[in-house]
Amino acid sequence: MNTVSCPECAAEITLEANAEVGEIIVCPDCGVDLEVISLNPAEVDLAPMEQEDWGE
Amino acid sequence: MQKRLRIGVLYSRVRVEEKWIFGAMEKRGIDYERLDDRAISFDLDNPAPWRAFDAVLERSISYTSGLYALRMLNAFGVPTVNTAAVAEVCGDKLTTSAMLAKAGLPQPHNATAFTPEAALEAIEAFGYPVVLKPVVGSWGRLLAKINDRDAAEAVLEHKATLGSVQHSVFYIQEYIEKPGRDIRAIVIGERVLTAMYRKSEHWITNTARGGEGELCPITPEIESLCLGAAKAVGGGVLAVDLVEHPEKGMLINEVNHTMEFHTMQPVSGIDIADEIVAFTMKVASDQ
Repeated sequence: MNTVSCPECAAEITLEANAEVGEIIVCPDCGVDLEVISLNPAEVDLAPMEQEDWGE
Repeated sequence: MQKRLRIGVLYSRVRVEEKWIFGAMEKRGIDYERLDDRAISFDLDNPAPWRAFDAVLERSISYTSGLYALRMLNAFGVPTVNTAAVAEVCGDKLTTSAMLAKAGLPQPHNATAFTPEAALEAIEAFGYPVVLKPVVGSWGRLLAKINDRDAAEAVLEHKATLGSVQHSVFYIQEYIEKPGRDIRAIVIGERVLTAMYRKSEHWITNTARGGEGELCPITPEIESLCLGAAKAVGGGVLAVDLVEHPEKGMLINEVNHTMEFHTMQPVSGIDIADEIVAFTMKVASDQ
């Protein structure tokens, strides 16, 4: 099943078919950044906060 | 029989760029491994697991993790895209400026000071407005346009009090009245792959800050500046940011070594991810 629950607001989120581990998705309900940590079973967690040295 | 090359891709987050890169690797049937920089460690006495890679493509979102990983890999003799030396130059705006100056390439007027007092003196000598930039940082974060002495004093005090050690390196740049856009070009090896305008009403034109992309023709001037900039920082897979100065003409503003291209790839219609993968394979096979 590719449905997960937002750890922040408990919204039900369906992962896209091409979702990848490590990908960041945004909760459509509360807007929090979530990281896909597993696909089978589907699992998400709050994404790490942006650090000062992050970038391109 | 030719040896099958093995590639590592170091990453922190699977952004759309990493998805495209992984996709290009798979399409080419490349033997590659995804290396999450939060999960790896380096044992100096045991380089063997790392030497199994013919090349590592570094796509870390954390400059610090990426840089140190590259240093370790290069110490182990593992070729990387880009090299640690290039990351050292590109990840630090002041070091980039120093290398551009060494190469005699045109860039915005800038000055550096190490105390708020010396910085204020340098800013006053520039005249207002000026821009203060952190030497390490990206996505247009913590840039400050300083319009007068009051603002200069306030921002310098804040940086000195609240910032990390790096914020006590004051990088001061002239403010450029650019035509609502700057130019980003992708350089891979000896080739300027594509260029785009980044348009924004805001003085910060990063697409990470809402700037919009539009294809920019690669003129001989753009090509020559970009190739010069790439050479000055050590070459590889790079994004060169140019700014159009009303009097001085085209200037090199920045060079990025782990660039994002989620706007550039659709705007240009070029498969930048695949070009990066092709370059990485060349580095792997040239070793």
